[in-house]
Amino acid sequence: MKNWPLWEVFIRSKNGLEHRHAGSLHASDAKMALENARDVYTRRMEGVSIWVVPSAQITASNPEHNGEMFEPAADKAYRHPTFYILPDELKHM
Amino acid sequence: MSELEIKSLEERFNQRIANDEKIEPKDWMPEKYRKTHIRQISQHAHSEIVGMLPEGNWITRCPTLRRKVALLAKVQDEGGHGLYLYSAAETLGISREEMFDQLHTGEAKYSSIFNYPTLTWADIGTIGWLVDGAAIMNQVALINTSYGPYGRAMIRICKEESFHQRQGYEIIMTLMNGTDEQKAMAQDSLNRFWWPALMMFGPRDADSPNSEQSMLWKLKRKTNDELRQAFVDQTVPQAELIGLTIPDPQLKWNEERKHYDFGDLDWEEFWQVVHGHGPCNKQRIDARKKAWNEGAWVRDAAMAYAEKSSKREFKQAV
Repeated sequence: MKNWPLWEVFIRSKNGLEHRHAGSLHASDAKMALENARDVYTRRMEGVSIWVVPSAQITASNPEHNGEMFEPAADKAYRHPTFYILPDELKHM
Repeated sequence: MSELEIKSLEERFNQRIANDEKIEPKDWMPEKYRKTHIRQISQHAHSEIVGMLPEGNWITRCPTLRRKVALLAKVQDEGGHGLYLYSAAETLGISREEMFDQLHTGEAKYSSIFNYPTLTWADIGTIGWLVDGAAIMNQVALINTSYGPYGRAMIRICKEESFHQRQGYEIIMTLMNGTDEQKAMAQDSLNRFWWPALMMFGPRDADSPNSEQSMLWKLKRKTNDELRQAFVDQTVPQAELIGLTIPDPQLKWNEERKHYDFGDLDWEEFWQVVHGHGPCNKQRIDARKKAWNEGAWVRDAAMAYAEKSSKREFKQAV
């Protein structure tokens, strides 16, 4: 017997908002994954749109390499508005 | 990795938890943390799934359609809760099939409360009120647990669980507003479920050897005895409000402690049921195995269909 593959479920709770990861489930194909996702994750009107993605298709970064991966952002304070010193009289900017 | 390296990784890991950082599936974790979490999360999942059985018993016998839709929805929720938890456990590297296997062979435990029979309709009320009430108490404490996927499952579950407790209490309340026989039925149900519900919080702290490690990992935020006390304090006024008597002659408000004092549990019964000798242990596992084995052809057929259709799509694409 072959086991049903794992799917990741993403739900848009209402138009105007992004899809967010809701959880995962096993299903034999995409159609079943969508229907099961509806039955499990939107029983109380939590969503208006569902995405299902085979978990095996997700490429994830490795937390052990977080140092090299995210270090380039650490020393670039000039990307933040607070880096720029402006006079106090300037009320809104 | 050398022992020294592992030790320093472990120290850093414990520090992260102490700082209230969450641990995510791909993060390094001590093997014991992984194993303990697989055990606790899968057993929590099994409890949700086995918990569907005593209630499912009453779906076709609900007194009204209103009760029936509510009970159906509740049992469906329990199935969903099982799924959230199995998924959380799977992130730690155990497969769904392995977990089912552990349940079916008796290697994995589930909450002992579901090894008690649901003899009358009142039991459905009592289960929602007391069993889900006790479960909420345990689960709210777990929302801030250190393992991210487990905490997220808890948030979802706790949100859904409060309707379960209210529908249960409403059933008992309705019976207590009814005939003498209905009142007696509600009281009898409380008499049977009160002590098993208190047992849901596990052994006394002194007899719970893993507690200290679990507290450190925030897999437990409050001890068994603290949660049991909180449950008694919360439930006694709910019983009194509708005229039910808690079946414990030693139950008494302690003004000094600001808590109820209550009698000791029958620990022999507790261990009997944990070790598989409760009234329904065999029946529950047999029902699970039957459902799993008899559903095998459906799982196979769905997979065969999916493979066949994906080949067909491929041909069309070419």
